Amino acid sequence: MSIYEGVVQDLIDELGRLPGVGPKGAQRIAFHLLHSDPADMERLAQVITDVRTQARFCSVCFNVAAQELCRVCRDERRDPAVICVVEEPKDVIAIEKTREFNGRYHVLGGSLSPMDGVTAEQLRIRELLARCEGSAVTEVIIATDPNLEGEATATFLIGRLTPLGVAVSVLASGLPVGGDLEYADEVTLGRAFHGRRKIQD
Amino acid sequence: MPLYRDEGLVLRTHRLGEADRIITVFTRGHGKVRTVAKGVRRTKSRFGARLEPFSHVDIQCHIGRSLDVVTQVECLHAYGSVLSTNWRAWTAGQAMLEAADRIVSEDREPAAAHYLLLLGALNALATGAREPSLALDAYLLRACALAGYAPALTECVGCGQTQGLGWFHVASGGVMCAQCREPGSAAPAADALALMQALLTGDWAAAEAVDARHRGSVSGLVAAHLQWNLERPVRSLAWVERAGADPFEADEPQRPEAP
Repeated sequence: MSIYEGVVQDLIDELGRLPGVGPKGAQRIAFHLLHSDPADMERLAQVITDVRTQARFCSVCFNVAAQELCRVCRDERRDPAVICVVEEPKDVIAIEKTREFNGRYHVLGGSLSPMDGVTAEQLRIRELLARCEGSAVTEVIIATDPNLEGEATATFLIGRLTPLGVAVSVLASGLPVGGDLEYADEVTLGRAFHGRRKIQD
Repeated sequence: MPLYRDEGLVLRTHRLGEADRIITVFTRGHGKVRTVAKGVRRTKSRFGARLEPFSHVDIQCHIGRSLDVVTQVECLHAYGSVLSTNWRAWTAGQAMLEAADRIVSEDREPAAAHYLLLLGALNALATGAREPSLALDAYLLRACALAGYAPALTECVGCGQTQGLGWFHVASGGVMCAQCREPGSAAPAADALALMQALLTGDWAAAEAVDARHRGSVSGLVAAHLQWNLERPVRSLAWVERAGADPFEADEPQRPEAP
């Protein structure tokens, strides 16, 4: 049922369609916008328009980009011999925040899920294989989500990448920093044991 | 707050909101239930790893208005972590879970025999006791039988004759003799029909003795029989049927044509 009239109700309805925004939250944001500085509102409207027309995917790694190539692919200082494979552009940001990785990325666009109808053809796996074939790539780090679909996708990629002669590694999994051992679940703790490190003298 | 505790197999998961998941669990005593697991997508979640598909869990939920809410979970067997490292076993397991989700359509209707069948099939996959596609076909045939869709393999579905059964007609539900055969019937080899019968009755010695070249035709007939009776495709089957073929070429499984 429409509570407000005309354009205000339209705005509440549109905001309510955004992820994580409920009807009450949509109403609060709409009235915040209504009472904001007109310049701020125009800037927001312009950015929303621009993101539709200007945002695109990098032609090499399929990360979100503002130009033909994304910022990482344009950066000459990044090591082109190492590729980190992730599921979504959000994962690139998560890894960049660690400041531990200096190679390039490849965004698959999801993970294999036969039940949901997501097949190898729908992900950018063919493009990844083309990048690795006959190029300077020497190592591929698979950083898919640590859930079942992510791991099955990693298994599939390992089977495809190994014959190309590139070194393939997957991210370690184990205990979260700052947690208590007694609260760890069996699967994670088992993985931590399986992937334990020997301390070198 | 009404609580219940049961053991179950996680069939599938869906994302819900920012960090939650809807978990479909096939329980032993309560049948198929849909539950909400809160915060499981966060890395510090204590439930996350236990509520992945293929997990055999001891679960406690409280009954909600539409969906139950998971309050405690203990992992009995984490089949998923084994299966995800073996592509063929994983795809076969995916087809088992999807078929179970489709066959057990009634929520909260106990189906203990089917539950034990699925548990045994996943165990056979994870331990490597059976060849994945054979284990899958055996599971699908027996799951059909439990649901009341067992294919007739020893007598003609038209006249009841037990000799000269050289045709299999999906829409009629089993084998046919030369007199009764319908247009569009498949003509499987006698060994293929023997393999189907062995898989249906659980005679593994006989099933493994049949020449492996008949397995492909049996898989096709089993898939067609299942999907005909479910009246909808099981998407994961397309991946299993082409094991060893190029997965880039896998497409949607075809529903058999209506008679």
